[in-house]
Amino acid sequence: MIGLGLLKAMRVTLRNALKTPFTIQYPDRKVGISGAAKNEGKSPVGLIATQPVTAAKAAMSMYSVPVNIPQNRRFRGNEFTWYEDRCTGCASCAKYCPLGIIEIVTSPGGFDVQEGESYAIDVFDIDIGRCMFCGLCVEACPYDALHMGSQFERSKYERDALVIPVDELRQALRQPSSWFRPQFEERDYDPFRDGANDEHHSVGRHEKPDQETLDKRWVEER
Amino acid sequence: MTTQVRTEPITVNLGPQHPSTHGVFRMRVTFDGEEIIDVEPIFGYLHRGSEKLAEERTYVQVVTLTDRMDYVGSMLNNQAYMLAVEKLAGVEPAPRGVWLRMIASELQRIASHLVAVGFLIQDLGAWGTPLIYTMREREKILDLFEMLCGARITNSYLRPGGVFMDAPEEFWPAMNELLDELPPRIDDLDDLLTDNDIIFSRTKGVSILTPEQMIDASITGPMLRAAGVDWDLRHRDPYDYYDQVSFDRPLHTAGDNFARYWVRVQEMRESIKIIRQCEKLIEPGPVRPEHDDVPWLLRPPIGDAYAAIEHSKGELGFYLVSDGSISPYRCHVRAPSLINLTLLRDMLVGELLADMFVSFGSVDINMGEVDR
Ligand code: SF4
Ligand code: SF4
Repeated sequence: MIGLGLLKAMRVTLRNALKTPFTIQYPDRKVGISGAAKNEGKSPVGLIATQPVTAAKAAMSMYSVPVNIPQNRRFRGNEFTWYEDRCTGCASCAKYCPLGIIEIVTSPGGFDVQEGESYAIDVFDIDIGRCMFCGLCVEACPYDALHMGSQFERSKYERDALVIPVDELRQALRQPSSWFRPQFEERDYDPFRDGANDEHHSVGRHEKPDQETLDKRWVEER
Repeated sequence: MTTQVRTEPITVNLGPQHPSTHGVFRMRVTFDGEEIIDVEPIFGYLHRGSEKLAEERTYVQVVTLTDRMDYVGSMLNNQAYMLAVEKLAGVEPAPRGVWLRMIASELQRIASHLVAVGFLIQDLGAWGTPLIYTMREREKILDLFEMLCGARITNSYLRPGGVFMDAPEEFWPAMNELLDELPPRIDDLDDLLTDNDIIFSRTKGVSILTPEQMIDASITGPMLRAAGVDWDLRHRDPYDYYDQVSFDRPLHTAGDNFARYWVRVQEMRESIKIIRQCEKLIEPGPVRPEHDDVPWLLRPPIGDAYAAIEHSKGELGFYLVSDGSISPYRCHVRAPSLINLTLLRDMLVGELLADMFVSFGSVDINMGEVDR
């Protein structure tokens, strides 16, 4: 019947109009006085009494709090996480990158009695301005030294500033994503919940051997 | 007293950045009044040389290029490419990996059809709201992809012989929740649009293509099924484990814009059915073959292989030629978007200006794939 379809459509529209919005405000969200008080760690009355300017701002919807977007732990973010202590400078990551944007320069770093010849990493630059976050470099790393990071807010005004140099990698917040790192998922590590993980022993595929095993391997067997 | 208004043909250039053109596309259209009398499609503005780039990448690295061909159906692209690589290298895929990639690609098919339906309504002039109805569901599917592989659009999830990593445990409850949620949403879409008189009057009988025309132009996918030709590669030439699942193939006979829309909505329901069956049939096990069987630097024997899948837009095929080295000697893509576009002139000539973009949108093309 002519018109019946329209009525049906109106019903769907009405039903959806009454629902709460499913959009998420990003990067921050306007909150009222109660939200502002919660963010400042005070009761609403306390906020008005101690910080009247803030309270007035909040009342005029001029107070905003940052929003954390729910993300999944395999998220391939653009802040790479690199553990220098694990990296041997083998450059597998550089070879497997489809775009060839990882630059690695190493030099003989001396002789370690236990580990043999070791290489110092002089340059480890990732030009994330051209990176497509495919994660193939992470998949290629045989020593679990390189991980995708979980952050993504790295906008810059200049293209050159997008290169992550080795010094920045050394100091960066280490929140490795569990992309291609099943050991993180076995241990139930979630970068968004658990925060930084600076301990380079814990990110490998194997547990750190205890002292006894190490002694046996390095002292007694030689 | 009636007066005969004399009209003159006028040629209008649309694009290459017109907002309704679904990408960087250009059309030189000649109108006589409101009526279209000639159309000349001009494309190539988004050409990135993916096929050439593939010739200097290893077989695994090419996955990242396939993501960027049809960026609303990347899982399906991955699947087609992997099937070709497996055929070329004689890789025996791991069963759990195959089930997982079937689930992923059916989810992607729903997402891709949602985009097609949403933009069809957008082209009809309903700016915004109906599109957001479909985008809402698509976002949830993309969330599932983020769970699976950490990316929403450019997935790179598949590897030769399976997938790169098993689905995390939180994936299954989230997917089941979505599958429960989707049928009422699709019913909503049906209520909103399928019985809607405005949609009827705008889309029925517009841009009719006959089965003969389409078969001559080797058009595939929902477009062909909208004219009543039962051609679905999942059924005709089952790849992966599609022979172990049962599903219907929705057919419409009209071959007009409405039929194309209708087939897509019904196919979403079938995809849900397939995912439910896959979930029952999937068994624990490795998700990709051992590294010794399928090394990172795959060196397939000299030869060539063609593998095709039923993409959400039609038959997507990859033709690979190997010279025994680590990268393909030649990689050719049979892109459904490009081939479905070939009848654009037949679709549009004789139609009205207002229906031009509706018809264009109902082909469901993706410029990333047309120009590659
Ligand atoms: S994520 Fe991909 S593109 Fe980026 S550095 Fe790694 S391999 Fe290269
Ligand atoms: S990050 Fe990994 S692959 Fe790259 S040089 Fe270091 S050890 Fe080798």
